[in-house]
Amino acid sequence: MEVSITVNDALVSRDVEARMLLVHFLRDELGLTGTHWGCDTTNCGACVVLYDGEPVKSCTVLAPMADGHDVRTVEHLEVDGVLDPVQRGFMECHGLQCGFCTPGMLLTARALLDRDPDPAEHTIREAISGQICRCTGYATIVRSVRWAAEHPEAEHPEAGHPEAGHGDAVREDAVPEELP
Amino acid sequence: MQVPAPIEYARATSVADAVGLLERLGEEARIIAGGHSLLPMMKLRLATPEYLVDINDLHDDLSYIEEDGDVVRIGAMTRHRELLESELLWTMFPIFRDAERVIADPPVRNRGTLGGALCQADPSEDLSSVCTTLDAVCVIQGSSGTREVPMDEFHHGPYQTAVGHAEMLVEVRIPVRRHGGSAYLKVDRRAGDWAVVAAGAAIWLEGGLITDARVGLAAVGPNTTGIPEVSDALRGRPPEEDVFAEAGRLAAAGCNPVTDPRGTEAYKRHLADELTRRTLRIAAARAAGRTA
Repeated sequence: MEVSITVNDALVSRDVEARMLLVHFLRDELGLTGTHWGCDTTNCGACVVLYDGEPVKSCTVLAPMADGHDVRTVEHLEVDGVLDPVQRGFMECHGLQCGFCTPGMLLTARALLDRDPDPAEHTIREAISGQICRCTGYATIVRSVRWAAEHPEAEHPEAGHPEAGHGDAVREDAVPEELP
Repeated sequence: MQVPAPIEYARATSVADAVGLLERLGEEARIIAGGHSLLPMMKLRLATPEYLVDINDLHDDLSYIEEDGDVVRIGAMTRHRELLESELLWTMFPIFRDAERVIADPPVRNRGTLGGALCQADPSEDLSSVCTTLDAVCVIQGSSGTREVPMDEFHHGPYQTAVGHAEMLVEVRIPVRRHGGSAYLKVDRRAGDWAVVAAGAAIWLEGGLITDARVGLAAVGPNTTGIPEVSDALRGRPPEEDVFAEAGRLAAAGCNPVTDPRGTEAYKRHLADELTRRTLRIAAARAAGRTA
């Protein structure tokens, strides 16, 4: 069946089986493999995307159910080489090790900060409680989200940081006037 | 990879449309709301509908929590998160927020619905226990109109409810009674898991005595268990510890748990006892305007 979803601001249409899960639509049909496919049982949260702005486990949504809806994936966080403050926070505070849970964590953090720009630690822990991280013990993830809360205007990786400061990817003029 | 078996999919544009689709598509058609119980069961082939009727487009019409005279009406498509964040429910029926805090996790609560939870009728499901505790009435709509079924008659067995094939649960009505308090507690193995045992309690006080009380247990029998003996034992008594202890003993004796990987029958009876006492204690304090 024909399914049309707004993914990262672009309307995409594909002819898929009705039973196709959103996570597979994103990964296999659109090649957006930043959304990870983890436990398949609605537990681990690796597949979390923003669905109409809120974190949802994309392994538990049929692609046809998302028809007409707005889906944002981790690929949408960075704009023209400018990282979202939550991405910066995870870099600054070692919010990841293996990185498998990271896309979902980043999106949940983004949605949390959009609703609550200054969340307390317990609020952050509650927000990420549906997502499993086997590396960090969560402490650095919580710290990373706090970092993002404290640096809402974080524009781009600081000069001197590995992978940062060179190339055309980082442009001052690419900073949105109003960060989300 | 776990994916559901092949299905046909249709979207309902109204309750009448959903009921019409169910009638037309036959017994193998099933409503999907949030889908966070149904889709995992479909992946495991524990549920094998051939057609899904998606009612998420009805969310705007069927998502509401409003006081209406002597009832609070809650739309069946109200999502867990909306129940959790409702100040009206927190003020009038704090049991909802107690329960929602421990139902699954935030992303799941963004999708799952009240109606879906009740109609899924998992014996370990929390909102069935909450609605049983509050003596709620379910409003079910079919092609010939609506009918009302009290929670005590809603469950027909595990995963079976009073909702007929071509019918849809559209609203839950909670009676509003003065001087009441309510609470919910759950023991689970890890955050977001199904209950080992959970208990809800509601209590109404007047002149320092219990005028009525209700207890609803989850995960201790084929369905959510309301225990009338507990209500009988509490009415007319003072809200005191020995009274709650008697209620706990009755709850432990009156439920029907089985030994499974979550715990032994004896442990679950112990939990039914202890959680009944604790929820009654909190509910009584709330009814009296105190913090437990």
